[in-house]
Amino acid sequence: MSWLSNPASETQVTHRQRVWLYVLATVIMLLLVIPTLIVIPMSFSDSQYLEFPPETWSTRWYETYINSAKWMRSTWVSVRVGVFTMLLATPIGIMAAYALFVSGHRYARSIFMFLLTPMIVPVILIAVGVFYFFGKVQLNNSLFGLVLAHSALAVPLVMIIITAALKSYDLDQERVARSLGATRAKAFFVITLPQIKFSVITASLLSFLTSFDEVIVSIFVSGGQTATLTKQMFSSLRDYIDPTIAAISTILVAITTVLLLLVQLASSREK
Amino acid sequence: MNQSAPNAEALRRQAKVEQWSLLSLALPAVALVFFVVVIPVGWLFFLSFVGKDGSASLEHYQKMLEYKSYFRTFRTTFQVSLFTTLICIAIGYPLAYFLAQLPQRWAGIFMLAVLLPFWTSLLVRTYAWLVLLQRKGILNEFAMNIGLWDSPVKLVHNMTGTLIGMAHIMLPFLVLPLYSAMKKIDKDMMQAASNLGARPSRAFLSIYMPLSVSGLVAGSLIVFILCLGFYVTPAVLGGGKVIMVSTQITAILENQFNWGAASALGVVLLVATFLLLWITTKLFRLDGALFGRG
Amino acid sequence: MNHEDNQVNSARSNNSGALPISIRNLTKRYGEIYALDAVDLNIESGEFLTLLGPSGSGKTTLLMAIAGFNRPDSGSIRFGDEEMILTPPHKREVGMVFQSYALFPHMSVAENIAFPLKLRGVTKQERMQRVNEALETVQLTDLGHREIDQLSGGQRQRVALARAFVFRPQILLMDEPLSALDKKLRERMQIELKQLHRQLGVTTVYVTHDQREALTMSDRIAVINEGRLVQVDQPEEIYNKPRTAFVADFIGESTMLSLRKQRDGSLTYNNTLIANISPDNRVNNWLLAMRPERLSLQTRMNASANADDIVFPCIVKEIVFQGESAYMLLDLGDGTEIGVRSGGFNDTDVRYESGSEVAVSLKKSDVLLVPDTDKNNVTHVR
Repeated sequence: MSWLSNPASETQVTHRQRVWLYVLATVIMLLLVIPTLIVIPMSFSDSQYLEFPPETWSTRWYETYINSAKWMRSTWVSVRVGVFTMLLATPIGIMAAYALFVSGHRYARSIFMFLLTPMIVPVILIAVGVFYFFGKVQLNNSLFGLVLAHSALAVPLVMIIITAALKSYDLDQERVARSLGATRAKAFFVITLPQIKFSVITASLLSFLTSFDEVIVSIFVSGGQTATLTKQMFSSLRDYIDPTIAAISTILVAITTVLLLLVQLASSREK
Repeated sequence: MNQSAPNAEALRRQAKVEQWSLLSLALPAVALVFFVVVIPVGWLFFLSFVGKDGSASLEHYQKMLEYKSYFRTFRTTFQVSLFTTLICIAIGYPLAYFLAQLPQRWAGIFMLAVLLPFWTSLLVRTYAWLVLLQRKGILNEFAMNIGLWDSPVKLVHNMTGTLIGMAHIMLPFLVLPLYSAMKKIDKDMMQAASNLGARPSRAFLSIYMPLSVSGLVAGSLIVFILCLGFYVTPAVLGGGKVIMVSTQITAILENQFNWGAASALGVVLLVATFLLLWITTKLFRLDGALFGRG
Repeated sequence: MNHEDNQVNSARSNNSGALPISIRNLTKRYGEIYALDAVDLNIESGEFLTLLGPSGSGKTTLLMAIAGFNRPDSGSIRFGDEEMILTPPHKREVGMVFQSYALFPHMSVAENIAFPLKLRGVTKQERMQRVNEALETVQLTDLGHREIDQLSGGQRQRVALARAFVFRPQILLMDEPLSALDKKLRERMQIELKQLHRQLGVTTVYVTHDQREALTMSDRIAVINEGRLVQVDQPEEIYNKPRTAFVADFIGESTMLSLRKQRDGSLTYNNTLIANISPDNRVNNWLLAMRPERLSLQTRMNASANADDIVFPCIVKEIVFQGESAYMLLDLGDGTEIGVRSGGFNDTDVRYESGSEVAVSLKKSDVLLVPDTDKNNVTHVR
């Protein structure tokens, strides 16, 4: 523990003097992480009340989940909507981010801000408004409608990630490529895109996650056969504390963790 | 002799064509956002001015000023947002500071403690608190075991549970911008202060803290604005007793199908959000940070 | 006064591998500011022309316009007989080296150099051959397989060069390519670039703010300031016969003395006669540009009795030892400072020190007069 006497900062405060900070920070981090992870062991509890630590271990809630038609159907809906959202939001987000970054048009900044509005407007309003509007154009309770709505929510995220990547990228390379004979499009695909590919991966994964975890719009816009997993979960939560949700939560946390690790991997690879 | 401006017209035309063809790449995104955000929310805006009988009227807004239920809703919403923000600041500042002081390698790992909840489904986290805070839940059991209280305290389906849940959800939104601002603080300044004879606490209070304020304010405003419009967590953890603007909007729609009233409430929320955002960006020029070429 | 009609005395002008560039009336505005103001310039086929000027003078803007990355507001840019101003950059067949080199980090050295060949559909066999030839020309033989991040600054510079000429363009553009290198390497590369240019025979337009670099490398220098060409001439002419105060000041380290024009046309400084010009000459403000190496230093007692020399009595202010020469700052007595370089110390056994009374002499034949026109009032080069 000799490192406790070492200086911890430019003002020569030692680690020992700061121990209270380290303890406090650790407690806070635990408080952040434990509630997220606590569902995992609890989901293996045999009891209806999800004790911790579980008195009897069992996988009954997982079985309930897998055997339930409604849970499986809604999961499949969420997966499909997530994938299609990723496939739609990522390319149009990249195109928009690139165009606005490169164009230097005087309205480029305003358009960029405009494209951030799905992140700024309170989601409840978007949900209610979309519910009303989709009602008029018969897009409620449809996969297509859900994908459109979720994609709009994901586009700002894609744009922020890709714009950040472009900012730290040397655009002179595209100019050189063009001077050597490549068209703008070719220069983008052959030179720029490979160098921002990790950001593209991050943007796609996070678009998927945005859609998969999306609650409010899904509550309003999906239903019945097209109910998403999140909508199903929400309905259950309102009625009673359905223990099956613990099992589903565990699966969701696992998926999120895997995706997050992939994203961290991707961002550390990219210079 | 020379023409006064050879090729000027052709160049101008070419420039225009190039500009527009580049911008057209952004068209799909613009169309999507228009379709999903502008039209629906715009429509709501108009609906708020349509009375029950179908004619243009301000009755919905008038009712907001008259009925007590609306006043309670606004007050609750404000309270929840304010307290959540304060709790997040109290907990988040030390955490952000700790993270900012870490060497790069460790920072990446500990950041996961912030990022994991951030990206985990909202429902999962809300549910976790629901389970943790219930009468037979861990928190009650633990507290009773160590003698903090004798019989199970109602920690959920009320304001307490709501605040706990909201704070947990909002904390990353404060920590991330604050961390970012703290990382930008030049360490040399603290060194200089120390060299000039300032005690560590003095250096911190006079130099570090003021420099971190911009990140703190940015994070706080983000949290506050998010809380204003938040739906899921208060709905679940509040147990129907914590009525915020979002919950009331849904209730109006579910019970009365009164689009006018719901829209009006929504418009108030929207205006409040944009007002706060406008103030923030004007104060701190945040708009450049996201888009500017630095 | 057609500066660019000074024919470059070169056998290269008939080189079929190079194109002449002719720029007419080129203007580019950013709001109120003229980045380029009706620029006219002829660049001979195969010539090495340097655009020299301070930051913001428009030299890079002009280069980018030639490359096609900058769309001027009006004007004409011809390569040979072909009007290029509306042609997009990827069709201009111009080789370019950027200040940052802009090598493609996700490709190897060979792949970088092969890139333009691949775009032109050159077969793999021939690509490899030409890449290797290019590597040899820049003295990087056998380094084709290396990754970009394994190269030193000087090596990267050469790869950027090789990539720019491998597809045999008839025009080569370079934007301060040596500015990132340290002094020794830079000086060596200057010579190598010159040799390369001679070897390739391609028309080269080179941008720099370093006047020494320009003087070393160029066939001609085009001095540019605030979007206008100030003087276009061979290096010796630019150095010895600057046409404006700006050029005299920018090139070399002159001291400029404001002269008074008397009614009879004589130009004086503090009542010392400097030169005579025609009394009808409309320019009333003249400057004497004194190059430090043209001034001779001696003790007052030995002040030259040669009637041909102009002598100024001074007091030594500061002596700066700079290795192979020493630079001295002298006070003319009215507060004006003159700079003198050590080649002219006549009495070597005399130790000069701060406060010494000395005299500085300038041969009449070394008198360099420059009209003190307002910087904006530059005659347009036609």
